[in-house]
Amino acid sequence: MDFAPIIENYRLYLDGLVTTVQLVFWALAIGLALAIPLAILRRSSNPLVNGPVWAFTYFFRGTPLLVQMFLLYYGLGQMQFMIELSQGLPFLKSAYWYALIAFTLNTCAYTTEIIRGAIAGTPYGEIEAARACGMSKAQTYRRVILPSAFRRALPAYSNEVIFMLHGSAIASVITIIDLTGAARIIASRYYNPFEAFIAIGVLYFCITFALVGGFKLLEQHWFAHLRPREEASGKQKARQAA
Amino acid sequence: MEGIDKLIEFVPLMLDGFVVTLTVAFVSLAIALVLGLITATVKLSSSRLGRGVAGAYTTVIRGVPDLVLMLLIFFGGQIQVNNIGAYFEWDYIDVDAFTAGTITIGFIFGAYMGETFRGAFLAVPVGLLEAGYAYGMTKQQVFLRILVPQMMRHALPGLGNNWLVLMKTTALVSVIGLHDLVFRAGQAGGSTRLPFLFYLFVAFMFLAFTTVSIWALNWLERRYSAGVRNA
Repeated sequence: MDFAPIIENYRLYLDGLVTTVQLVFWALAIGLALAIPLAILRRSSNPLVNGPVWAFTYFFRGTPLLVQMFLLYYGLGQMQFMIELSQGLPFLKSAYWYALIAFTLNTCAYTTEIIRGAIAGTPYGEIEAARACGMSKAQTYRRVILPSAFRRALPAYSNEVIFMLHGSAIASVITIIDLTGAARIIASRYYNPFEAFIAIGVLYFCITFALVGGFKLLEQHWFAHLRPREEASGKQKARQAA
Repeated sequence: MEGIDKLIEFVPLMLDGFVVTLTVAFVSLAIALVLGLITATVKLSSSRLGRGVAGAYTTVIRGVPDLVLMLLIFFGGQIQVNNIGAYFEWDYIDVDAFTAGTITIGFIFGAYMGETFRGAFLAVPVGLLEAGYAYGMTKQQVFLRILVPQMMRHALPGLGNNWLVLMKTTALVSVIGLHDLVFRAGQAGGSTRLPFLFYLFVAFMFLAFTTVSIWALNWLERRYSAGVRNA
């Protein structure tokens, strides 16, 4: 094994890493921002309101991310209005935006369902208490339902973040030079696929477990009130045993 | 609409692709189930070395993207196989896209299945296994006749989720050149200049496949929960 070409071309890898992190960060941020109102709409009892949201999440969760990306990147090019539009807006010709939009819609669909589930898990007594205090529906959502729903959604959401990071590797298929794209360039230039892909495998691995650690810290912070008081209970048990 | 005529014209080609997608999905599922059972058994065994290897396997799989693993096995695996082959003086062995694709997907989902099975094994009361031994069954008999049927009920929800994700992951084999549904849609979309239509068609094929799978899984769950009272 010879990792010299990879060390020589570290700039390419670094640029790829920046692209990957950017893509994932923006997709997650926009996806989350859109998912919150969608999750609330999805809770509506009116089928005209929750139906379209259900169809959106069912479509994006039931089809491969790769197909969604191709649908936007290759598919929209077929449309006359897109050809006219991209003449005025040159950035529409760059693959980056199509990948970003596909990733955003995909993570938005998954996050909507995660938040919907977390909202559904709100103990009804909390909502009744909020009503009894005279809060409006919007106030109840803002002050009572959403803060506790976010906490409950955190473990599932951390999985979604990691899926998005791993899913972003397919951006390299539509010519974007992200981390995987950089490795593909090196692999074909030096004919060393083993070393090239192992190097990014290690990088992805480190990012993944840094994220897992970060979410653990967040959970500890936000779930502090739910943590069993180990010392106290330990003492109690010891006393009971005695 | 002229698009519909084109779509009908390309239906045989798309069906070819669909068969490839299905084959990849089922073959990788079989690999994943076997690997998963082995991983779960090893993880619950008393061998420290075995537990360490199984733990490393699941951790690595959770940390590395599926596409990267697939490219590594498809492009890198070929070189490694040749190197090993040269050492043992084998003939040239071709790692084709189908082998690389199914092995990668099976390998990835073997790790997830392993976690699912491990939890399910733990949910089976020990008394059932002891009863089996008391009847004079061997270890294999207890495993096949009692443990597996009993744990299936607990494993099915997780297994179903893994299957739905696995199915969508098969789309990646088009990247390494296997002529699956997504690859065929690219060909058909390219030659008719109607890529949107064909990719949308593929998306709905996957949706249909997902929907049918969910029905089948619900049926299986009911079957394996026979005799369990629901609150």
